[in-house]
Amino acid sequence: MRTLYQFHGGIHPPTDKTQSNQKPIAQSALPAKLVIPLHQHVGNSAKAVVETGERALKGQIIGRPEGHLSSAVHAPTSGTVAAIDLQPVAHPSGIPDLCITLIPDGLDEWALRDACEDWRALSHTDLRHRLRNAGVVGLGGAVFPSDMKLYAHKHKITTLVLNGAECEPYITCDDLLMRERAAEILQGAEIMRALLYADEVLIGIEDNKPEAINAMKAAVAAGGHARMEVIAVPTIYPGGGAKQLIRVLTGIEVAAGVRSTDLGVQCFNVGTAYSAWRAIRHGEPLISRIVTVTGNVDHPQNFETLIGTPVAELVAQAGALPGTTGYIMGGPMMGVLLPSDQAGVIKSTNCIIAASDKLFPPPKPVLPCIRCTRCADVCPAELQPQELYWFARAKNLTKAEDYHLFDCIECGACSYVCPSNIPLVQYYRFAKSEIWAQQAGKKAADAARERHEFRESRMEREKREKAEKLAAKEKAALAAAKEKAAVAHSPLPNPDKTTSHSTKLPNDGSQVAGYLPKGEGTNESLRELQVDDTIQLKIQAAIDHAKAQAAAIKPKNTGQLTPQQQAEIAEIEARRARIREIAKDATEEQPSK
Amino acid sequence: MSGFFSPFITKPASVSQIMLNVLLALVPGIILYVWFFGPAILVTLTLASITALATESLMLKLRNRPIAPFLKDNSALLTAWLLALSIPPLAPWWLVVVGTGFAISISKHLYGGLGSNPFNPAMVGYAVLIISFPAHMTHWLTPAGLAEIPLSFSDQLNYIFHSLLPGDIKIDAVTMATPLDTLKTQLHMNGQINAILNMPIYGYLAGRGSEWVAAGFLLGGIYLFAKNIISWHIPAAFLATLFITAGLFHLLDPARYAAPLFHWFSGAAMLGAFFILTDPVTSPTTPKGRLIFAFGAGLLTYLIRVYGGFPDGVAFATLLMNICVPLIDAWTQPAVFGKKEKS
Repeated sequence: MRTLYQFHGGIHPPTDKTQSNQKPIAQSALPAKLVIPLHQHVGNSAKAVVETGERALKGQIIGRPEGHLSSAVHAPTSGTVAAIDLQPVAHPSGIPDLCITLIPDGLDEWALRDACEDWRALSHTDLRHRLRNAGVVGLGGAVFPSDMKLYAHKHKITTLVLNGAECEPYITCDDLLMRERAAEILQGAEIMRALLYADEVLIGIEDNKPEAINAMKAAVAAGGHARMEVIAVPTIYPGGGAKQLIRVLTGIEVAAGVRSTDLGVQCFNVGTAYSAWRAIRHGEPLISRIVTVTGNVDHPQNFETLIGTPVAELVAQAGALPGTTGYIMGGPMMGVLLPSDQAGVIKSTNCIIAASDKLFPPPKPVLPCIRCTRCADVCPAELQPQELYWFARAKNLTKAEDYHLFDCIECGACSYVCPSNIPLVQYYRFAKSEIWAQQAGKKAADAARERHEFRESRMEREKREKAEKLAAKEKAALAAAKEKAAVAHSPLPNPDKTTSHSTKLPNDGSQVAGYLPKGEGTNESLRELQVDDTIQLKIQAAIDHAKAQAAAIKPKNTGQLTPQQQAEIAEIEARRARIREIAKDATEEQPSK
Repeated sequence: MSGFFSPFITKPASVSQIMLNVLLALVPGIILYVWFFGPAILVTLTLASITALATESLMLKLRNRPIAPFLKDNSALLTAWLLALSIPPLAPWWLVVVGTGFAISISKHLYGGLGSNPFNPAMVGYAVLIISFPAHMTHWLTPAGLAEIPLSFSDQLNYIFHSLLPGDIKIDAVTMATPLDTLKTQLHMNGQINAILNMPIYGYLAGRGSEWVAAGFLLGGIYLFAKNIISWHIPAAFLATLFITAGLFHLLDPARYAAPLFHWFSGAAMLGAFFILTDPVTSPTTPKGRLIFAFGAGLLTYLIRVYGGFPDGVAFATLLMNICVPLIDAWTQPAVFGKKEKS
């Protein structure tokens, strides 16, 4: 029997899993349209490689990974690209993002799949490449591109942890996946183990999922997987957090800002392992996932759902009930309220909960903090949430950082237990984003200052170069004039005097001409000088003209602006003024680098 | 509509429930109080409660805060009860009203109300009374069976509201100093501990009757611990410090220094350990900080009891340690997940 470790705190909310885990995984019906965001993963947004009106085959790449940290996006079924534009996405901000809208043609015609009978024959680079092109990302919620996590680092990886804990209430997608597709999860784990050169594989499953535990154990035995162990871990929220599960299984605490691989452990969700297997073995990219549909629905169930399926169409298949006030993506502890039921299912959508007032009553009135420290008692990061709350509230951000604000994993256990009903985790999210905004602001100001300084120095340089050029030109012109004059007036007693004089003279042709002996066939040289003079005048005139124009430049077509346009212009002007202000402040605060 | 941000579920716990549980935990002690000293304490408790709720409402109104949710939090009631249990039960009504009013208005609301007061309001109320009205604060009821002239309930009521006693009875005839105070006075008169403790006002461990009330509070404290409302740190560290300090002195000179158990069951030691020092608002939040805080309070309580000029030390020890709480908290921040060895 393996010794398990504990992590500090944790809570035992009602699990509410039996509603949705009693029925097998169902195939979600093909929706009328699929709305597929190009940014479903950590890293750079994928770049659309199809055009409106183009037909895409099932599994065809429609968004290519951009840059190092990115992932591919595929057509979940065959159909026509109807639009590539901004659509509401499954993100709490409510800000629309670039999506490809695909109208399925019902043929479900696959693109060419690069299946592989024996993945061990492939090079590791090839395997990682295939995973990247198959759009395999962490399905536990982090949606981090998996190929990036599958490098054997400079540190030896001893343990690969497969996360099947699924600690969040309501969610049962991993439970059902493990019950029904255990063998394929383990095959995926073998690929991961090989890529990481890891010794053992530990599969952590919370002990409230006996069916999944048994299925996985049976699959380990049947598949003859060596050094692979299914371990029942105590049911406690947030025991399914990667850091918490690693702690429970190995005793290792992965601090904030530390990579678990530096400590010899890598962790993947069971769903990710399954997707990795489908991608390598069958050449099937990540175009669908298991989604739990539960809450205020008639028959809660898990659905194998195509990425991009609008939430409303998915929920309808579980029997939408009246009284639904909104949709939560994820669990009730860390999930997000979706801004629109038209948003498409994405790779991180593990669960859709139809929320109603009965299931999720409105928040109770907030009372002051009485420092009872129930929050500190349950905090898995071992923080002092009551202190962080105080600092966040007072916008004392430096102090909040001192008290390890960024170690907070936002599990919400503190908010859950707070007897004063303070939305603690909201305060921490707020403080974090304030700090990020400050840092971004500072960066922008620094960049602006640098740009400004560079411009100054460039203008200085240009001015100098221009002056030098001009001086050189004059010198050359005068030298030429002198030469010609010297040739023309060689009999003159002291020709040097004139030239020496003239070189000292300011750049004034008339004066130069004045010093020249008149009426003695100097027309040519005079003309020469006058030409030079006219060039100068012309340049001056051009400069003056340009200046006058610059001063006179006015926005065009401003005659008949709508009030909305005017408002927009005013807003832009205000923003620019603010940026200038920020840049100015930054330069004043930091006069030198 | 549910909230807009996760978590969308919360544990059905409330400040009001916590406070109610603390009030409940006081009941065994109160029952024993009534048993040994008569129902006067119930009158004091009621008076204090009414004053507290009225002052709370007034202050909330003056501060433009919603009245109903704060009145329902039961915190004012708890302050009232703790103060009432700390002052003599046969106190004139105005004493109770002044003490409670001060506790709620000045030491709670002027500092920002619930959650913001640096000092335990009940103990501030007590301190104000004992400094302003020392004579009234030393008239403790003699336990039942010992009084030369037993007072009926109506006699007690008459005294509380009209300061009148039947016939020509003097207040001194029906009251006494506390067992702690008596011990101190007798020791000053060169008495020996053993001889003093043979006086009829002493029982098995400490004062007759009052030792049982203390036991009642101990029982309530254990209930609070079992209900996970208080952590073990403060009561354990406080009682241990008091026990060890008293024990050391007692070993040095048993004739002049009372035994540790006497200190445990005298005065407000049990009330302080489980109900007063554990007030979350005015005590540290870190485990280590709580130990330091309770250690200081235990030491100060003993020193004030033995060397100080006041009958008991718990109130002033609490207030003195309350001052140190922000510092203690800042100094005792525990290491966080994954960063234990490094810091």
